[in-house]
Parts: sequence; structure tokens; C-alpha cells
Amino acid sequence: MIPAAFEYVRAASADEALAAISEHGEDAKFLAGGMSLLPLMKLRLATPTVLVDVARIRDLSYITDAGDHIAIGALTRHRDLETSTLLAKECGIVASVAAQVGDNQVRHRGTLGGSVAHSDPASDLPAAMVALDAIIVARSAAGERTIAAADFFTGFFETALNADELLTEIRVPKAGASGFNYQKFNRRAQDWAIVGAVAATVAGTKRVALVNMGNTPVRATAVEAALASGASIADASMSAAMGCEPPTDLNASVEYREHLARVLVRRALDASA
Amino acid sequence: MKISISVNGVAQEHDVEPRTLLVQYLRESCALTGTKVGCDTSSCGACTVLFEGESVKSCTMLAAQADGGSITTIEGLAASDGTLHPVQQAFHDHHGLQCGYCTAGMVMAAVGFLDENPAPTERDVREGLEGNLCRCTGYHNIVQAVLAAAEGAKQ
Ligand SMILES: Cc1cc2nc3c(=O)[nH]c(=O)nc-3n(C[C@H](O)[C@H](O)[C@H](O)COP(=O)(O)OP(=O)(O)OC[C@H]3O[C@@H](n4cnc5c(N)ncnc54)[C@H](O)[C@@H]3O)c2cc1C
Ligand code: FES
Ligand code: FES
Repeated sequence: MIPAAFEYVRAASADEALAAISEHGEDAKFLAGGMSLLPLMKLRLATPTVLVDVARIRDLSYITDAGDHIAIGALTRHRDLETSTLLAKECGIVASVAAQVGDNQVRHRGTLGGSVAHSDPASDLPAAMVALDAIIVARSAAGERTIAAADFFTGFFETALNADELLTEIRVPKAGASGFNYQKFNRRAQDWAIVGAVAATVAGTKRVALVNMGNTPVRATAVEAALASGASIADASMSAAMGCEPPTDLNASVEYREHLARVLVRRALDASA
Repeated sequence: MKISISVNGVAQEHDVEPRTLLVQYLRESCALTGTKVGCDTSSCGACTVLFEGESVKSCTMLAAQADGGSITTIEGLAASDGTLHPVQQAFHDHHGLQCGYCTAGMVMAAVGFLDENPAPTERDVREGLEGNLCRCTGYHNIVQAVLAAAEGAKQ
């Protein structure tokens, strides 16, 4: 399967990328690792007429200590997150979740920015971003703005990002080297989660977010509230699926996903206690 | 568009359409047919090659994305006198292949993996090769081969 024809533009800087995207308009798309976009193009489910390759913008690939948070360049690959000693120490949950995305080959190409911009509710890293209340930085020709993760994922493969905006940075809190766990439930190696549960501790408070339990990654607010009011992990986990509208598909019914959410949240909380 | 890629250490220059997949480029423009297309949907790993020393699925990468970089395919592993690469030799010794269709991808994924994790446990090997499927389901001997190659490299 070969993608429909397109024009290829390689950007060496964010400014070049933004100039190319505004020049070509609606039908142009950014290409990062290509791990989501190229499969869609090969199936001709996506047919951009211009691809602006941003993967070589070296100064958008970094993981740095920015004082009160860790700043991650949007073009940082899953592999770099997985192996970062800074992340392992300061925000281990991101490294741990990245290590569970797809397979080695996918992690060598796929980027954090691409995963976040793609906004697949079955993806792992977006749920971690929601659990951490990450800040997402977007740049356009008009300037830069920041978007809270809670406002960023607006729907099924939809985000608050405008077509002419480049995601440049993701800021995560210094949540530390422990107190987290990611439970990813799938049946085959390298697959997406049927349901996933992220548990993290930020400034002493437990955060819980779910993968594939709705159109977007969702925060299990009922679980967090129950824990905050002193409920046991076993009791709090019972509210894991509350307010969720999970999909039914080949892998799982709504009821089964709700069950998985309760079990996985309990396991994630137990493992992160 | 014009692209230049170092393939198995040989500088290659070709004029390709931007939509040319890396696997298509290797097989058709470079006439290196050792790299196979299995699923064509990023799932099976049969098309695995090394890009800048790291394993990638060449059915899910554009040749244009590799422009200016270096690629290693299965043809680039053995020494010029025909001596097999240790991972190839280990697959041979441990009967790590049946029909052979997944083998080029398995070997390339294993070479990339061992570079990142030279002293793996059996579980590490299984996880490291999770992106590669063997329809003959010969996983046991593949894993034994990779462990043997790692062990051999230590000595
Ligand atoms: C076999 C396989 C298995 C996988 N398994 C998993 C899994 O288990 N869990 C999981 O979470 N994911 C999985 N993925 C998806 C993977 O995580 C992708 O890497 C990720 O979703 C997309 O990142 P990318 O850099 O490849 O983006 P691309 O594919 O290049 O782009 C994806 C989308 O984001 C846009 N985009 C990319 N970068 C930016 C940016 N900086 N600013 C604005 N827009 C941008 C693109 O225009 C495109 O619309 C898998 C993929 C494959 C092929
Ligand atoms: S052919 Fe590329 S992953 Fe199957
Ligand atoms: S040996 Fe036949 S597919 Fe693996």
C-alpha cells in the first residue's frame, strides 16, 4: 500500500515548519515520527497533499530540568523518554509509560508530540499527560500559547490544536522517581491498550487517568476524591468507571471495559502505594 | 526528489517520489530484496532494517525520511568474505528459522536490540522482539538464538 501522492517539505526549524504550513494551508500536515500518520496515509484514510517533516528539528528534541517542572520537546522520541535518566529521577511515570508504547521499532520513531497531537483515546502517553496535568505549548505564526492537558484532548482524535499550530513543548511536574504505576491491558504484544490505568503521585496527591475509557483520555476523579477522603484502595477503585463512556469493539464490551477499569485502577494504585 | 542514503556503507543516490516507502526504495531502487514486506501495516516487523543503527519498520517510513542517513539491511551484516554476523550464525546454529520469511526482519531487530541491551534476559529478548511476528511460530528457537548471540559476544 502506497500513500496518495504528496509534496514533501523538510523543515529545519519551527519557524520553517510554520511558514510551510501557512503557505500550503488546509491540506498540509506535519509529519513527526510517522507512526500514526503514515499507516493512515497508506490506507488512504488520510490524504494530505503536503507533508511538512518536522522530525529533524533538533532543537525541539530535549528533556530538560526547568526548575519547577520538566520540559520535553515535542519531537522527543518515545525511546528517548524511556531511557532518560532525568525523567526516571524527576517524573518516572513518563519514562515508564513511554516504554510500553508499541514496540522497539515504533519507539525509535514515534514522538511525544505526535502521540499527544494524534489524540487517540487508546494511546498511552496522553493519559499520562492528563494524570500529570501537563501543560502543552503550541506555536503558530501568531505566537505561542499554553494549553492544559485537561483542555487539550477535546474528542476522538480531536484536540484544541489549530491546523496551523505546531506543538513545541510538553511540561510535566516533578512527580519523582516513585509512587506511580501504569497498568496496560492488552492481549497481543505491541498492541494498544484495551483499557489502561495510570496512577501517579503529584505533590503528595494521587492522580488516576484511564486509557480507552471514552473519546479522550479521562481522569478518574471519583477515585481520586474517594482516596482523598480516606477510602481504601479497594473501595476507591470501585468508582473507576464512574462517568466513563467506553467504546464497545471486537476486544471488549462496555461492561467488560468497566470491569477492567476497576481492576486495573486497583492494581495501579496498589503498585504505586 | 533526489535522495542520498548510505545503504550498507555504499552511497546511493536516487530520484524518488516523496511517497516512496523505504522498503520499496530498498527493494526496487537499490535492488536489495533481502528485506521483506509481510503485513504492510506496521505490525509484523518482516521489513525491519536499521536506520542510524536503530531498528525501524521500513514499510512505515518514507525513503525521504532517511535522506542523508545510513541504513543497514540484512545484506549488510555478513563480512565481505562471507563470514556470517554472529546473530546470523546463531540463527543458523539454533535453527531460528523455518520458512524464513520473518528471518531478515527478526535478525535485524535482534541486532538492533542487542546493541541496546547486550546482556538480556530471556524476557528482555521476548519483549525486545515483540514487534516481530513469525507465522511459523518458531519463537522458541529465535529467542534461544538471540540469547546465544548475546552470550557469544560476552566471550
Ligand atoms: C505498530 C504500532 C504500534 C503502536 N502501538 C501503540 C501503543 O501501544 N500505544 C500508543 O500510545 N501508541 C501506539 N502507536 C502509535 C505511536 O505511539 C505513535 O508514535 C504516535 O501515536 C504518533 O507519534 P508520531 O511522532 O509518530 O506522529 P505522526 O504519525 O508523525 O503524526 C501523528 C499526528 O500528529 C500530528 N503531529 C505530529 N507532531 C506534531 C507536532 N509537533 N505538532 C502538531 N501536530 C503534530 C501529525 O500531523 C499527525 O496528524 C503504535 C504505532 C504503531 C505503528
Ligand atoms: S511489513 Fe512492515 S511491519 Fe509488516
Ligand atoms: S520462519 Fe516462517 S515466518 Fe518465521
